Amino acid sequence: MTGAPAQAAIPSPREISTEPRFSDKVFRAVVTAGGLSSLIILGLIAIFLSYQGFEILAREGFTFITSSEWSVEVDSFGAITNSKFGLAAMLVGTMLCALIAVVIAVPLSVASAIFLTFYAPGSLKKFLVTVIDLMAAFPSILFGFWGLFVLMPSAEYWAKLINKYLGFIPIFEVEPRIFTRSPFVAGVVLAIMIIPIVTSISREVFSQTPLDRIQAAYALGATRWNVIRTVALPYARGGIVGGSMLGLGRAMGETVAVYTVLNIVYQINWQVLFGAGGNVASLILLKFGEAQAYEIKALMAAGLILFLLTLLVNFIADQIVLRSGTKGR
Amino acid sequence: MSASTIIPKPSKPWKPSLRDRFIEFSLVLGSVLTSYLLVAATEMKGKLAYFFTFFAALALFNLAKGTISRGFMIGKDQFFGAVMLLGMTLVIIPTASILYTVFDRGRKGLHAGLLTNDMSVSTPSDPITSGGLLHAVIGTTLLVLVALIVSLPIGILTALYLTEIKGRFTRPIRFLVQAMSGVPSIVAGLFILSSIVYTITKSYSGVVGSLALTILMIPTIARTAEEVLNLIPNELREAGVALGGTQWRTVAMVVVPAARSGLITAIILGVARIVGETAPILLLTGGGDAVNLNPTSGAMGSLPFYIWKSFLLGTEESITRGWAGLFVLLVLVLFLFTLARVLGSRRMK
Repeated sequence: MTGAPAQAAIPSPREISTEPRFSDKVFRAVVTAGGLSSLIILGLIAIFLSYQGFEILAREGFTFITSSEWSVEVDSFGAITNSKFGLAAMLVGTMLCALIAVVIAVPLSVASAIFLTFYAPGSLKKFLVTVIDLMAAFPSILFGFWGLFVLMPSAEYWAKLINKYLGFIPIFEVEPRIFTRSPFVAGVVLAIMIIPIVTSISREVFSQTPLDRIQAAYALGATRWNVIRTVALPYARGGIVGGSMLGLGRAMGETVAVYTVLNIVYQINWQVLFGAGGNVASLILLKFGEAQAYEIKALMAAGLILFLLTLLVNFIADQIVLRSGTKGR
Repeated sequence: MSASTIIPKPSKPWKPSLRDRFIEFSLVLGSVLTSYLLVAATEMKGKLAYFFTFFAALALFNLAKGTISRGFMIGKDQFFGAVMLLGMTLVIIPTASILYTVFDRGRKGLHAGLLTNDMSVSTPSDPITSGGLLHAVIGTTLLVLVALIVSLPIGILTALYLTEIKGRFTRPIRFLVQAMSGVPSIVAGLFILSSIVYTITKSYSGVVGSLALTILMIPTIARTAEEVLNLIPNELREAGVALGGTQWRTVAMVVVPAARSGLITAIILGVARIVGETAPILLLTGGGDAVNLNPTSGAMGSLPFYIWKSFLLGTEESITRGWAGLFVLLVLVLFLFTLARVLGSRRMK
């Protein structure tokens, strides 16, 4: 290795390029394909449910969501003689249960989020946040049977109280007086199920409140409540609304908990305390066991409607959260 | 002695003094007394009355205390503090009640053979000690494993796309993942039913159940993994590239190993999300009573199915069985949750 040749070629300058190497191209392609899988899956869900439900949707047309009759008549040979599929009663039930859930859950969740962000001391806060996260991990079947066996007696009593003192408002009328298994009870169970979601989103937005604004308010002599009222709540309003919409979406799609708690009756029922109601998801579960191939197609169409409905709610929630996130005066 | 410097003792002026604590304690005590007196004196009765009169009294006492000591503004602040505490308590009570109920009622259904027998020779209405839920535990494990094999790569790749590539589709994909997590579980079940069961397999089995669970699991894994990968400092990526690594090498050798424990947390949270999922299982798996080790054919039992069947039968023994099943399921969820917490907190250090 002595005396390296003096005329060693001066290396020509490397070509600089931002072109990814082959391995990177493969990597990017694979990751992008993986990333697009959510689009593919959602697209496939829409395609297959529409394909299966198309026959029913085409036959029933718009009455599929406006009429509230669901019946299949079968003659003695098992052939279908007459059938009517209308989803209105269950759509009303879905909205009713989900709205009750949101009305109960949102004030509680926002209060908890405020308590956790502004009032709770450090160690207590940690514990409570863990409890709420744990609540989010409970399976829905647990809420369902707890609601049926433990909550129902208490909720029946609450319903009677509401009926006694607020019975003059039409939606709180109960006739005949059956208080168990009502949309109200289902709404309470759903509220408990969506509280963790709404709480954690609200808490996240509250904790993102710009520190300088909070400190400015304190410096002007505001109390803690003033800060919450004038700085944190206006800042977090969009996030809270978005979180509530997400909760609404969850509550609309819940199957098992509603099926266990609610007395599913196929009629439009606006009396929230009366023991009859239903939602689309629980209808699917209820009818699925005994349904023939033709009725299953109708259930697929119902599933499609439910899917589109939750997609719409999620989209609105996403837009609200997005807009509120970037605004911040 | 004359010119000795005075070293002030460290003090914490913001700490509540003994007097403050005493006042606070007496306020709570006073509220308890008031609620008792009110319930005794008026026609209100029951736990509900105690609960709300206690909080109303606490809020009003706080208002009075604040107003007297430091003016109305402070009083209002204290008042709303008590109101928020009420909200928090109302949120915590159901959780406590659920935990207590399941442990209390599930205890009666526990017996020696619970995890070693299956239900192939007994029915849910037999005495508690016959049969068990071995088939359900094995079934749930298999369902979760198969679902994990499918959803893990997809979930992680989605997270990598959102954090590493950040391409044109970042915004829509983030929304789609969000939308996917909002897909009702029964719709996932119907989708698999229409796309796979009716067209390909024509029969119920464990695998199709797992595929439905996959749809529910992917968004959880993707979103948690995304959060974890976002926490990895950009310097690590830059260092990897500066050492001459391609993006692929950097991600595979630097970023992912650095995020490993967080990614495991994502997996565990995904498993916890689907382990108790019931609706698609009811539609798709058939729910057998014997141990079935082959997920590709035959009816597959699982914990949610077992619980569902036991409760719907409605006899005393079967309901006890249902609570025992919920007990096992809850223990499983608690175990996964704790595991995720422990791993997650280690990552933070």
